[in-house]
Amino acid sequence: MSDLTALTIAEAREKLAARQTSASELTEAYLTAIEAANPQINAYVKVTPDKARSMAKASDERIARGEAGPLEGIPLGIKDLFATEGVHTQAASHILDGFEPRYESTVTANLFADGAVMLGKLNMDEFAMGSSNETSYYGPVKNPWRKRGSNMDLVPGGSSGGSAASVAAHLCAGATATDTGGSIRQPAALTGTVGIKPTYGRCSRWGIVAFASSLDQAGPIARDVRDAAILLKSMASVDPKDTTSVDREVPDYEAAIGRSVKGLRIGVPKEYRMDGMPGEIETLWQQGIEWLKEAGAEIVDVSLPHTKYALPAYYIVAPAEASSNLARYDGVRYGLRVPGRDIADMYEKTRAAGFGREVKRRIMIGTYVLSAGYYDAYYLQAQKVRTLIKRDFETVYADGIDALLTPATPSAAFGIGDQDMAADPVKMYLNDVFTVTVNMAGLPGIAVPAGLDAGGLPLGLQLIGRPFDEETLFALGSVIEKAAGRFTPQKWW
Amino acid sequence: MSVDSATVRRVAKLARIAVSDEDVTAMEGELNAILGFVEQLSEVDVSGVEPMTSVIPMAMKKREDRVTDGEKADDVVANAPASEDHFFMVPKVVE
Repeated sequence: MSDLTALTIAEAREKLAARQTSASELTEAYLTAIEAANPQINAYVKVTPDKARSMAKASDERIARGEAGPLEGIPLGIKDLFATEGVHTQAASHILDGFEPRYESTVTANLFADGAVMLGKLNMDEFAMGSSNETSYYGPVKNPWRKRGSNMDLVPGGSSGGSAASVAAHLCAGATATDTGGSIRQPAALTGTVGIKPTYGRCSRWGIVAFASSLDQAGPIARDVRDAAILLKSMASVDPKDTTSVDREVPDYEAAIGRSVKGLRIGVPKEYRMDGMPGEIETLWQQGIEWLKEAGAEIVDVSLPHTKYALPAYYIVAPAEASSNLARYDGVRYGLRVPGRDIADMYEKTRAAGFGREVKRRIMIGTYVLSAGYYDAYYLQAQKVRTLIKRDFETVYADGIDALLTPATPSAAFGIGDQDMAADPVKMYLNDVFTVTVNMAGLPGIAVPAGLDAGGLPLGLQLIGRPFDEETLFALGSVIEKAAGRFTPQKWW
Repeated sequence: MSVDSATVRRVAKLARIAVSDEDVTAMEGELNAILGFVEQLSEVDVSGVEPMTSVIPMAMKKREDRVTDGEKADDVVANAPASEDHFFMVPKVVE
């Protein structure tokens, strides 16, 4: 790892401003690091060196003219779910083979308008469906972290596994990601990085391949809390092209870093103390409580009674929306086509060949719960339970709670090809047990690394905020970060 | 509630996914595991609860009813597996 790739975004920004390095040098350092590491880590499904170099050159020219944007010359990785004009955009699925959109997603357009450089497209679970990055058509991503004394390959979490792994391995300065049930926060926790899912409606969904539209939100994965704040500021916007984009000015998130948390009331929900939760997670959570107390926050025990129903409700709502969103992949307008004897046969063969097992499973569940005779029992019931889940949060916030502290995941990273999880899809789904409630209620949530387990693997804590109060999450997250320190994997690749 | 192989085939047909006999057997087990897991929702008392329609309370945004985009036929068919003169080509649908 060269010195340049070790810089955080804030540090690189300073060096660029002081002309101690250039955007081109920074980009070259990352391209070299990617070339060496990607065959092992598999974080990128497509590296775009020519585009990166030309964007960096343009950045250097803007810097020279004194016209630098807030992210000028910062090399980023972009999750394969974001439409990038003329560049591989396939949601890590076979069915989108060869798809190169003629348009740019709002989030990436915002980042590039602020001067960011794109290094390439990042691996992910197919259509963002998964918690281990193993459902990708391009094969699993390896976590840059390994257990002490072990060379076993671990998952980086998912679905934004490529984003988390590339940030942890210093293969980009920061990455875009998306979160439908935990896909930013869970991989961040499993790789010792920081990930924030903002409030629903904060980042435009325009040009992001849709999975479950009422739950999907974009956000950054970064090396520290400050970098996450810098990236979110550029990603977020009010967008007329997304009707769920909320008309609200984007605040200066970075200004919230280091802000006092004295007197903030932090709720600790008792329902997140799950049966069979490893002792280490419990200890970490307690440690987080102590850190926030020392910083002057008040800790309050609270109850969110419908917590346990969030995951089952999610596995009705998300597949239902997915089955509808993924109906567009029919072999006619883009991507893969497998010939058939008539048009219906062509549709069926294309979709059978183009979608992976997990995606098919979810389309099937979604189709079933929306089908005649089952709609009320499953879908309507789940949407009512969702109202109750949101009401739980509203009640504690109305009681004066400013944010909630919970573990981010029920365990540290697990092995690639874990037999238990392969045998039972529900076991894999349980990875998102602490994160999915936040999507169901549309709230902001941040995962911050807080320690290492006995094997030396990173563990994270999650902070959940009030709607559009990401600033409080950045303030609290930086308190945890300051106390816990930052975590970097031993380089083995 | 649980699904049998006939239901799996019917749902696959609705979802336009071709399935082999082996697929049906595997999917039957997997779908039943998931349906078994979500079954617990039925124990929640939802009487008088409105189903969620929008997670953030806001009025649906509307825009002025005028043409703001278009004339992009080349872009629209650029990624099509088969196209001709700005039309998507598909197997014969009408005899």
